[in-house]
Amino acid sequence: MPLPRLIPCLDVARGRVVKGVNFVGLRDVGDPVALAVHYSTGGADELVLLDIAATPDEADTMTTVVRSVADVLDIPFTVGGGVRSVDDASRIIESGADRVSLNSAAVGAPSLLGAIAERFGSQAVVIAIDSGGGVVYTHGGRVPTDRQTVAWAIEATERGAGEILLTSIDHDGRREGFDLALTTEVRRAVRVPVIASGGAGSAEHVAAALRVADAALVASIVHENPAGLPGLRRAIEACGVSLRPWKEPS
Amino acid sequence: MNDVVIVDYGAGNTRSVRATLARLGHSSVVSADPAMISSAWYVVLPGVGSARSAMTHLTDTGAAQALRERVEVHRPVLGICLGLQLALTWSAEDGGVEGLDIVPGRVVRLVEERVPRLGWSLVEPWDEVYYFAHSYAAVTSDAVASADGVVAAVSRGTFLGVQFHPEKSGPAGLAFLDRCLSHA
Repeated sequence: MPLPRLIPCLDVARGRVVKGVNFVGLRDVGDPVALAVHYSTGGADELVLLDIAATPDEADTMTTVVRSVADVLDIPFTVGGGVRSVDDASRIIESGADRVSLNSAAVGAPSLLGAIAERFGSQAVVIAIDSGGGVVYTHGGRVPTDRQTVAWAIEATERGAGEILLTSIDHDGRREGFDLALTTEVRRAVRVPVIASGGAGSAEHVAAALRVADAALVASIVHENPAGLPGLRRAIEACGVSLRPWKEPS
Repeated sequence: MNDVVIVDYGAGNTRSVRATLARLGHSSVVSADPAMISSAWYVVLPGVGSARSAMTHLTDTGAAQALRERVEVHRPVLGICLGLQLALTWSAEDGGVEGLDIVPGRVVRLVEERVPRLGWSLVEPWDEVYYFAHSYAAVTSDAVASADGVVAAVSRGTFLGVQFHPEKSGPAGLAFLDRCLSHA
């Protein structure tokens, strides 16, 4: 089994990083390229860029961001938000992203997962599932659907998704720890890797998530923590979870 | 010509490979032109997409034959991920696909606990950690490195294939590519 992965998530809107990024020493905290490099040299195993304001007329803005990030980043990254067709996925992957992440669009048209996987392989397709009370929510976690989380996880992977990004709406933003029960339940039901998301408040929380999942998504804990990513990595390893060997640049 | 030729087969994500080569001071061109593949001092066969469409594209353009001939005349080719897998005799992907047959062996679907296999793994005996993203892997007696029991690299003559993505493997991956190119 590959080593557990620590994955910072950048929320991007109109080409700028938004929400709670608070860094000293970074010239432009809103620049996704600068922040991506900052996390990469800080020991991120991968990155997720989420276009939270994705509208069709702003697709070009995100494509430009993806190209710029791909030109400087030497670790893999996933792009989510605004992927509604095979053409959208092609545009993002051809711009240099390793994977695309689908959420509402896949719930609306599940065959999209298979169509993208057929072209780029299932390792390039992530199904993002926002789960609350055992059911799937769409549209940024605002709209409940009649789909059960576990059943949708199984269907999405059977259709071609090669990874699940599982966010617990109930835990997200509360910083009281990940939803370990939900993560465990979903991961048992599928054969693809699962990224736990939502609720990281401490290194202990992330370490606990990495014991039951293949990767953990982190946002505000790294955006706001003064010790930053290297400190978080050390603290996770102090909890007994081995991450990939990585040397802090001197 | 000092350019590295990155072989184009329609679906590849060549941007990251190009950027990484540029960081090492090498300019590159993306092409499926057999003449360019033959004359380049170094050729990279990158990897994203499916085996069948990649082989169809390589065969139709004449790139497949140019790649075989390059290795026959002892000129270097580096295959990355699918680029490694395409070099073998046969792949189980897409219901069975004939490969370039530069390296005798076959490609089979992974039987790991989690497929696709995504993430960083220790490659032995090289003692470095690189990034992997794949659902199929090579089975061959020309394997020269492995990770978690999966073939991580194959070598035959001047062909070197790696299952991991050096262009996505941080400073370790950059150093790996640098070694490949400086030995070419």
